[in-house]
Amino acid sequence: MPEALRDVYGESLRRYGLANDRVVVLDADLATSTKSVLFGKACPDRFFDVGIAEANMVSMAAGFAACGYIPFVNTFATFIASIGAVSAKCLIGYSHLNVRLMGGNNGLTGGYDGATHHCLDDINVMRGIPGMLVTSPCDPVQMDWLVQTLIDDYRGPAYVSISRMGAGPVYKAGERFTLGKAKRVCAGADATVFACGLSVPRALEAVDRLRQEGLSIALWDMFTLKPLDEEAVRDAARETGAIVAVEEHSVLGGLGTAVAEVLAESGLAVPFRRVGIRDRYTESGSYPQLVEAFGLGVDAIADAVRQTVARKKGARG
Amino acid sequence: MTEEIRTLYRISYQLRQKAVEMVYHAKTGHIAPGFSMAEIIAALYFSLLRLNPDEPRWADRDRFVLSKGHACPLYYAALAKRGYFPEADLMEYRMLNSKLPGHPDMRKCPGVDMTTGSLGNGIACALGMALIGRKDRRAHYVYALAGDGELQEGIAWEAALYAGNAGLDHLILIVDRNRLQSGGSVSEIQELGDLAEKFRLNRWDTQTIDGHDIPAVLAAVETAKRRAGAPSVIIADTVKGKGVSFMENQYLWHMKAPSDQEYAQAMAELESAVKRYA
Repeated sequence: MPEALRDVYGESLRRYGLANDRVVVLDADLATSTKSVLFGKACPDRFFDVGIAEANMVSMAAGFAACGYIPFVNTFATFIASIGAVSAKCLIGYSHLNVRLMGGNNGLTGGYDGATHHCLDDINVMRGIPGMLVTSPCDPVQMDWLVQTLIDDYRGPAYVSISRMGAGPVYKAGERFTLGKAKRVCAGADATVFACGLSVPRALEAVDRLRQEGLSIALWDMFTLKPLDEEAVRDAARETGAIVAVEEHSVLGGLGTAVAEVLAESGLAVPFRRVGIRDRYTESGSYPQLVEAFGLGVDAIADAVRQTVARKKGARG
Repeated sequence: MTEEIRTLYRISYQLRQKAVEMVYHAKTGHIAPGFSMAEIIAALYFSLLRLNPDEPRWADRDRFVLSKGHACPLYYAALAKRGYFPEADLMEYRMLNSKLPGHPDMRKCPGVDMTTGSLGNGIACALGMALIGRKDRRAHYVYALAGDGELQEGIAWEAALYAGNAGLDHLILIVDRNRLQSGGSVSEIQELGDLAEKFRLNRWDTQTIDGHDIPAVLAAVETAKRRAGAPSVIIADTVKGKGVSFMENQYLWHMKAPSDQEYAQAMAELESAVKRYA
């Protein structure tokens, strides 16, 4: 079984948070699920469980940050991007506070809990807040790097969309990343796939399968959704002539939208396709069931890429 | 009346004058919500708060969060009079690229400890600041000033529950209970009932005072600071628009700019009050 990203997150937060006494951690009665409990047990005097009171939690964190601390605010993505959005917008974004909003159980990873606990709009909400860094890591190495970076290097407000599940791994231990720069997972000439979160390992599997069919597909990990690596999008459109964006999120307002914005404003009218949830509510089910049912699985990604490449050839023909 | 008290009353009316000037100049803004808290702000900024205008980010300063952020004209006037920035700058209120926007901004305005605007949230921010102060064993107090209307917000009671359970005795919440909100009277829109009892049930120490009685404000804050093991709420009964006859208890003055005639009359009434405390 691949290591679940929430477990990696919890362990990284414990490790790097212990080493930096400006880190404080908040949770809203979900610490055993978000895994902030690992920090809470190791460092109870810097851990605050507010109870089931997300609005209070996010505004308290703004107060902590105003006193020079680096609060990590934990709850499910769907709650932090809705109940927490007022504070994220009016306090944390507006006053550029050093708060890390950690949205657990992102996408469909709430599984059997169903539609109320899935989150298909966190990227959309957070992308709309000026100055907010918006990220979604795809594997344990990147998750660990991101937590360390958010503690030691980055200054300003940040949102992290975290999977409850695991896949991959995609990267080797020690791999380095740069915030705001897409990471190339593999090169290719016929089309480019941009993905984030657990869509990256699924896309990687799809790309490997397509290679056996003779298609050479580039894959870029767009783990920073804002600021978006626009140059990577333009270069990919020019070099491969077809783009597919894959995300475990609504097709409205997430990675696909962001990539489309760049393509449209650049006048790069290449064949383009978004793979994501098609503006609908989800259902209860196991995570693998849901990924398939909502068209985000390896087969669906491979189909989308084939069709997009075909349109490219069609346009030429 | 001691000289100190007389001075604080005089300041409260001078701040009102500035607030009227600012809103008249900007042709937009909130006058009456500031008038109900004028004596409280005068008492805090000119007697009670430990602060240093030359070092606005001094780590051991008392913190103040104006949770009813819209009442900022009078608050800005107090910050300027206290020396955080020149009083001439007050006429920038609500102007493009000003440090004095329609709601307080901690990044723009020296002396502002917390950005506010979304009602109720300031109480939670103050709670966070007080928790950090206790964790760091700092002696400073955190004050939040909220309107009664904003206690209709759920977050206010989430924060009250936490602060009471945590026994945060360096958190002092002052409720400016003027009984009016933007759209009318609190009792008609969404009555709050026995506020003191509600806070008591959340394990707060409570006091109820006349919020326009400066000795009562000073005494209540000193009492709150002496109490250990629980946060304090001071419910200050006030009059919205207090100090200008035609604004008092008129919710339509929640947000409204005065006409030339109203401006002249308001300034004259306030000037006579300033002279009364000369």
